[in-house]
Amino acid sequence: MSDTQPLASVEEPTDLSRRRLLGAATGVMGAVGAGAAAWPFLATLRPSDKAKVIGAPVEVFIGSLAPGQMTRVQWRGQTIGIMRRTEQMLAQLPEMTDRLRDPASDTTSQQPSYAQNEHRSIRPDILVLNVHCTHLGCIPRMIPEVGAQPFDENWKGGFFCPCHRSMFDLAGRVYSGVPAVLNLLVPPYSFPDDEHVLIGVDPQGAA
Amino acid sequence: MAETNGAKSALKRLRIGVVAGILIASILPAWPTLAAPKGDLDAAGTNIFDTASLQRGAALFSNYCLACHSAKYMRFKRMEEDLDLTEEEIESFLVPAGLEAGDYMMSSMPYEQSADWFGKAPPDLSLTARSRGPDWIYTFLRSYYLTEDGWNNKVLENPAMPHVLWELQGIQRPVMETVEAQDGSTEVKVASLELDVAGQMDPDAYDKTVRDIVAFMEYIAEPAKLKRERLGVWVLLFLALFTFLAYLLYREYWKDIKK
Amino acid sequence: MNNLITSVGNWVDERVPVSEFWKKHISEYYAPKNFNLWYFFGSLSMLVLVNQLLTGIFLTMHYKPGAETAFASVEYIMRDVEWGWLIRYMHSTGASLFFVVVYLHMFRALMYGSYQKPREIVWILGVTIYLVLMAESFMGYVLPWGQMSYWGAQVIISLFGAVPYVGEALVEWIRGDYFVADATLNRFFALHVVALPLVLVGLVVLHLAALHEVGSNNPEGVDIKKKKDAEGRPLDGIPFHPYYTIKDIFGAGFFLFIAAFIVFFAPEFGGKFLKPDNFVQANPLVTPDHIPPVWYFTPFYAILQAVPDKLMGVILMGVSVLILYIVPWLDRSPVRSIRYRSWPSKVALAIFAVAFIRLGMLGLSQDSSTLELRLWTFVYFAFFILMPIWTRLEPTKAVPERVSSA
Repeated sequence: MSDTQPLASVEEPTDLSRRRLLGAATGVMGAVGAGAAAWPFLATLRPSDKAKVIGAPVEVFIGSLAPGQMTRVQWRGQTIGIMRRTEQMLAQLPEMTDRLRDPASDTTSQQPSYAQNEHRSIRPDILVLNVHCTHLGCIPRMIPEVGAQPFDENWKGGFFCPCHRSMFDLAGRVYSGVPAVLNLLVPPYSFPDDEHVLIGVDPQGAA
Repeated sequence: MAETNGAKSALKRLRIGVVAGILIASILPAWPTLAAPKGDLDAAGTNIFDTASLQRGAALFSNYCLACHSAKYMRFKRMEEDLDLTEEEIESFLVPAGLEAGDYMMSSMPYEQSADWFGKAPPDLSLTARSRGPDWIYTFLRSYYLTEDGWNNKVLENPAMPHVLWELQGIQRPVMETVEAQDGSTEVKVASLELDVAGQMDPDAYDKTVRDIVAFMEYIAEPAKLKRERLGVWVLLFLALFTFLAYLLYREYWKDIKK
Repeated sequence: MNNLITSVGNWVDERVPVSEFWKKHISEYYAPKNFNLWYFFGSLSMLVLVNQLLTGIFLTMHYKPGAETAFASVEYIMRDVEWGWLIRYMHSTGASLFFVVVYLHMFRALMYGSYQKPREIVWILGVTIYLVLMAESFMGYVLPWGQMSYWGAQVIISLFGAVPYVGEALVEWIRGDYFVADATLNRFFALHVVALPLVLVGLVVLHLAALHEVGSNNPEGVDIKKKKDAEGRPLDGIPFHPYYTIKDIFGAGFFLFIAAFIVFFAPEFGGKFLKPDNFVQANPLVTPDHIPPVWYFTPFYAILQAVPDKLMGVILMGVSVLILYIVPWLDRSPVRSIRYRSWPSKVALAIFAVAFIRLGMLGLSQDSSTLELRLWTFVYFAFFILMPIWTRLEPTKAVPERVSSA
């Protein structure tokens, strides 16, 4: 109010306390109302019922999965690999430690607690992995054979990402010195019976 | 001064009153034509906030309607929250074989086949309660009658659909009357229906059953209605309070303004 | 802290005159102190416009334009999208309320002569906004792709077929097909969500800019700019902020209460805002029994029906809207406000209002009497055509220099 003269039609108020109180009350209510009104708008952007149904748990039959073989399914747009590992493959895992970045799976975000063990799985033989590379999301090739490869002379079997040459062992653990720094993600899963894997649902009793 | 002001404002009020009166008087005679003509439909008297009625309706709909009709915009799963059912209850009582709770309510009958059977494919029922109205469905399901030519209906003449609920309602026969049209020609029309063979239910129980089906169809036509009206009360209360405060604030500021 | 805010403010102000804009249009825009109830509808139109833009943007994120997908995607919004029903009802109710407030806003202008010199351009821009709004709402109504959407589009587009010689070609060009089809829906979608909203917002900005150039009228029709204080501020003017901003917030609250009641308890509004037939997917093979336009178009639709000739009907319907443009020149009265005019103006405006409402009701009904349609159509046009006569002849009271008390 740098004006020198008061306005002709306006009488400068003397007591502002009631005005301030009412202004604050209306302002607070207006802000609450605006916030409440904003919520439905933002909530429309969350996955719809359709997306939720499509993203529902997927049950996979593994009765016919041969040792050393991997099958792939889609769950929430991600490729999930389910592999039955052989005894040799499992025996190999402890020997990998020196070459891995996180051999003990200490990064808890990369697997549920029930898969935080040496073989990164509930049942030792059955490996369930989100096979998208943790570097930039490509899908690594599974190369289970042990022996020299163009990218690694001392290959022990595992996953090799053609995009940026990241390498993972047969438990999805990342090698040291490659672009990816995190182990492959283990999704929540459980076994309703011996011959099925249910992807997207934790085992009963597990968080 | 005060007196002339009073006289002035009284005159002003009178003037506004006269104008409003003319407006209302010109509109009132036409009002009945504006209100949607309901014809001679019976009031459905449904209450979609009666969860038990909706649950009964869901079971009836699944038993009697879903065999031929779909409700392709409605997911079974939604009833979990709205109708207070568990997923197991939905799966075992409502979902036909081959479908899952997350699916839309599709009919178990293949589309092409149903068109062959009935001459035309049974319409999808997701939105019928919104396009036809609950009263129409309620009256329709209670207006089937049997003649030598087969099933007919007083609301929708020569329907492709047979009377699916006849075992419950029984068999109604038409009472005919002869009406003379303006041009002098006569026409025989169905005046009313009377129950000839009793069904498994007495008429009151049958009406109640149909009411449950209609309530369910009203629900699937707009599942959000349950939440909408419950929430609406709070929104209105909030806005009323806000407007009242804003009014006080407005009066407070406008004290400054010199007359 | 305060220093920082001030210096950041100054930094911005030296580059973009934000505070100058605020002063010019809000805090030091002097509006007459005697606005009454009728003056709420301008700001309420803005409120509804913002509502339509916001809800529209969010609907566009889920809606799928296409003859195969549109209807289902609207039901998808109503059911599968969290809160989608609320956003959709806000948009559909907003469309009807837009016309309610705009009609009242226009009636206010007719009552108080707000189109008179020097506000002709404000009025012309306003009428243009109204025209664009009609196109916008018509195209929006087609998008749900129900039976009413489809057959409404069929009827309205066919009106262009009345144009001599090029009519049929024109209709085909508008539809982009040999019938109302996918191509029609897609182009209407583009126009409804991109092109026309841009035009609408642009016109609203111009409408306000033009208004703030000449200043607001008031119920007395007094020119408050004639009496100014030493600093050039109108004696009867008060700053728009805080006095009218706060008054408008109160008005908005009241309006939102009514709007919320409709959204939450009567979104179909007895079949007037959302028609029962529009819950049936568009079917080019089945025409509904009765295809009335949405209520806000029915007065003009009634005028169309009153004429027993397609071309003449379309012309008369067009003229009935376009005639609003020349109202500033039809009115020859030396005074603005109806308060200082005599009974002919008052009676004429009242009869006009009745004619408009009656035409609206007749256009909505299926079996209106042709005689009554013609009667009110005649009254509608008589109002404009006779306006120069009675406004020149009738006696007027002297308009005071200042906005009076009481």
